[in-house]
Amino acid sequence: MTTQAIVIGAGIVGAACAAALAQRGAKVLVLDDGRGGATGAGMGHLVAMDDNPAELALTHYSLGLWQGLRAQLPERCAYRGCGTLWLAADEQEMALAMGKQALLAEQGVASEALGTQRLAQLEPMLRAGLAGALKVPGDAIVYAPAAAAWLLQQAAGVTLRPATVQAVQGRQVTLQGGERLAADIVVLANGFGAKALLPALALRPKKGHLLITDRYPGRVSHQLVELGYAASAHHSEGTSVAFNVQARPTGQLLVGSSRQFDTLETRVEPAVLARMLARAVAYLPALAGLNAIRAWTGFRAATPDGLPMLGEHPEQPGLWLALGHEGLGVTTAPGSAQLLCALMFGNAPLIDARPYAPGRFAEGQAA
Amino acid sequence: MNDWVDHCDLLIVGAGPAGLSAAQAAAEAGVAAVVLDDNPRPGGQVWRHGPGFAPPRPARPLLSTLARPPLRYLPGTRIVDAPEPGVLLVEDEQRGWLLRYRQLILCCGARELLLPFPGWTLPGVTGVGALQALVKGGMPLRGERVVVAGSGPLLLASAATARQAGATVVGMFEQAPLSQVRRFALNLWRWPGKAAQAAALARRGYRPGAWVVEALGTDALQAVRVQTNGRVRTLVCDRLACAFGLVANTELASMLGCQLSAGTVAVGAGQRTSVEGVYAAGECTGVGGNELARVEGRIAGLTATGRHAEAAALAGRHRRWQAFARQLQASFELNPAIAQLARPDTLLCRCEDVSVAEVAGHTGWAQAKLHTRCGMGACQGRVCGTAARALFGWGPGNPRAPLVPARVATLGVYGTGGTGDD
Ligand SMILES: Cc1cc2nc3c(=O)[nH]c(=O)nc-3n(C[C@H](O)[C@H](O)[C@H](O)COP(=O)(O)OP(=O)(O)OC[C@H]3O[C@@H](n4cnc5c(N)ncnc54)[C@H](O)[C@@H]3O)c2cc1C
Ligand SMILES: Cc1cc2nc3c(=O)[nH]c(=O)nc-3n(C[C@H](O)[C@H](O)[C@H](O)COP(=O)(O)OP(=O)(O)OC[C@H]3O[C@@H](n4cnc5c(N)ncnc54)[C@H](O)[C@@H]3O)c2cc1C
Repeated sequence: MTTQAIVIGAGIVGAACAAALAQRGAKVLVLDDGRGGATGAGMGHLVAMDDNPAELALTHYSLGLWQGLRAQLPERCAYRGCGTLWLAADEQEMALAMGKQALLAEQGVASEALGTQRLAQLEPMLRAGLAGALKVPGDAIVYAPAAAAWLLQQAAGVTLRPATVQAVQGRQVTLQGGERLAADIVVLANGFGAKALLPALALRPKKGHLLITDRYPGRVSHQLVELGYAASAHHSEGTSVAFNVQARPTGQLLVGSSRQFDTLETRVEPAVLARMLARAVAYLPALAGLNAIRAWTGFRAATPDGLPMLGEHPEQPGLWLALGHEGLGVTTAPGSAQLLCALMFGNAPLIDARPYAPGRFAEGQAA
Repeated sequence: MNDWVDHCDLLIVGAGPAGLSAAQAAAEAGVAAVVLDDNPRPGGQVWRHGPGFAPPRPARPLLSTLARPPLRYLPGTRIVDAPEPGVLLVEDEQRGWLLRYRQLILCCGARELLLPFPGWTLPGVTGVGALQALVKGGMPLRGERVVVAGSGPLLLASAATARQAGATVVGMFEQAPLSQVRRFALNLWRWPGKAAQAAALARRGYRPGAWVVEALGTDALQAVRVQTNGRVRTLVCDRLACAFGLVANTELASMLGCQLSAGTVAVGAGQRTSVEGVYAAGECTGVGGNELARVEGRIAGLTATGRHAEAAALAGRHRRWQAFARQLQASFELNPAIAQLARPDTLLCRCEDVSVAEVAGHTGWAQAKLHTRCGMGACQGRVCGTAARALFGWGPGNPRAPLVPARVATLGVYGTGGTGDD
């Protein structure tokens, strides 16, 4: 008999889950009310991150899945295998780069250390005198809203219905207006929107600012990230900024990034934007004279340990969670979806699922 | 004062008829006002001037106000953000800085409504006022065949400018029906100085109830197809100036939190907006021509400087020109057929090359932007967002910094010591 599934959320994670379920022959109803979320706001850098073994396992696994999709992705998804340059300002950071290289190598992620001169040749817009960089050629970029829409379109047996979900209880879903739906499997993949449906979830919003310039083709060719980025990304209080710039296929420069906890104010904050840009100009001095055309904000749904929640709700059988993807959900969506499906259908997942078990945040610990 | 911060009691945005009239009222009261405009020259749209085009006579006394201390005039200055109440982040060609004000008068004017039709992005096709601006900026037109089309009295002014620059105007096509244009013309005697317009409206070659359905050409415009009384004919030309009237510039007002109504800045007595200390005057509060803009600018300037009785004395004149504005709007109302001219593959967003069909399937502007990238280009959706509003009835998004394309360095000013106290 065909499995009936409901996926709540049509962002990149919901779309990947729906596509993976359809691949396994399920009939999938995707519910989304179009309010939008992180997928429409983020940067779409597909990146191997190594802050802990579980993060590296999931990002590495996912990058492989993205590469498998690459040939099919239509041009509007703007996939580019541009690679990442992790920038080392000084010798101390260069040592960090070497440590990173060793960690990545353990998982089979190739990377290459670049010295001052080689870096300057590759990215002449960077300020002179950086110690070097670690180049990770397997990293890529994608335009996530288009990729999410495509994942839903190409899958057979997926229906997208515009609807607001008001409540979930196990296999039951209540829509705004009172209509009730039921399925064999319900996947909650609506990003930070899940907090309103299940208030006990250990999710906090982490606000981010981004800015994009007019078109300046050929100035930057890799995703450029400072090595201090990971440190900024893991601050759990206060506001932090880090240098992170992406060259869009249009020649525009997409400039990040900032992180702020516990605000849901969507406004672009001039002081935060200014700090973020000062950081960016410190790395790319000529950026100061380029025209910016838009700035915006988005919210990452963060768990206490920074890893997503992937698995069945500990108290509600039939309700599966694909939440808390923080600043990596575009990267990890395909891996998260495969892992979740393996658990649903009783197959052995290709990576260890335990670090992502939703039950790991015991009641009360959900700070 | 340091390099990053400047202060003024009264800031006037826009040096068009409204802004200049407000500035004149401020100058009379001896108030140290600052007049800021993103154009390098004063005069706004109607009194735009340049090499070979002197400003018209009635504009001169107002323009000379700008040179009268304690008033200060900042040409070529763009507003980038409103980071906190009473402060604007601005930039000119050299630098970015914070401008603090106690009171603000918005005289941001209007821009043309461009609607997509096949061929509208061909080189040689411009807006109606845009053609005028190009000519006044020094573009030669001698010997060129020009078609002026779209809607509104601006068609006549633009055609006159083109002729003055040596062009042959081979056709003037107004989408509003003859009956409405005639009624408008017959009523014009009621407003001083408008009778000449009635004569122009009766001029041969000015054809109401007609519009351009397509611009033809491969690399540049070669001809237009014009529909009149259900028949379509082809007319050879070198240039087409086409726009469907004006829409108020409300982005800054909206960023400041001022209430809008029907696409214009909502104002009450004394030209007050819904935000304390912020006034609005001229075409950003509704399109009505330079006379209305001048009265409103003066009322705002008088009110902001505390001369309420003088402001109140202008009520009669204000009402008279408001009636003209209503007449204008009713007469040149857009025919729904105009919204159907685009073909599915006609571009809506020329910055990002997005077609009308790609956009039409979406439920709203934000969604269409996200999925098609329309409105994401350097014009920030000023053109296609305005067209989408007219075509699909979608509301505009909330304006965010940067309000106009601005140097990254300028957006960095807020953090560098120009913040808070000074
Ligand atoms: C500034 C910023 C930069 C980022 N950069 C990167 C990056 O470079 N690389 C990377 O991999 N990740 C990045 N991310 C993270 C990434 O964007 C997110 O992790 C990812 O998009 C999460 O996707 P999602 O599908 O889980 O949630 P969302 O994208 O938030 O989608 C949730 C969906 O659910 C819908 N919804 C919500 N509630 C309801 C409801 N009650 N009923 C119906 N529908 C509902 C919404 O409309 C929305 O479509 C960034 C995020 C931000 C904010
Ligand atoms: C392209 C065009 C051409 C026109 N030509 C004619 C004509 O020939 N004859 C005629 O009778 N009417 C013409 N009009 C109509 C004209 O708009 C009004 O008659 C009159 O100029 C309105 O005066 P105003 O002061 O309200 O606005 P405007 O004259 O439009 O002046 C507004 C000024 O404010 C500036 N500004 C706006 N926003 C900002 C900002 N955020 N920061 C800095 N500066 C800003 C603008 O650049 C402009 O200089 C034209 C309109 C347009 C759009």
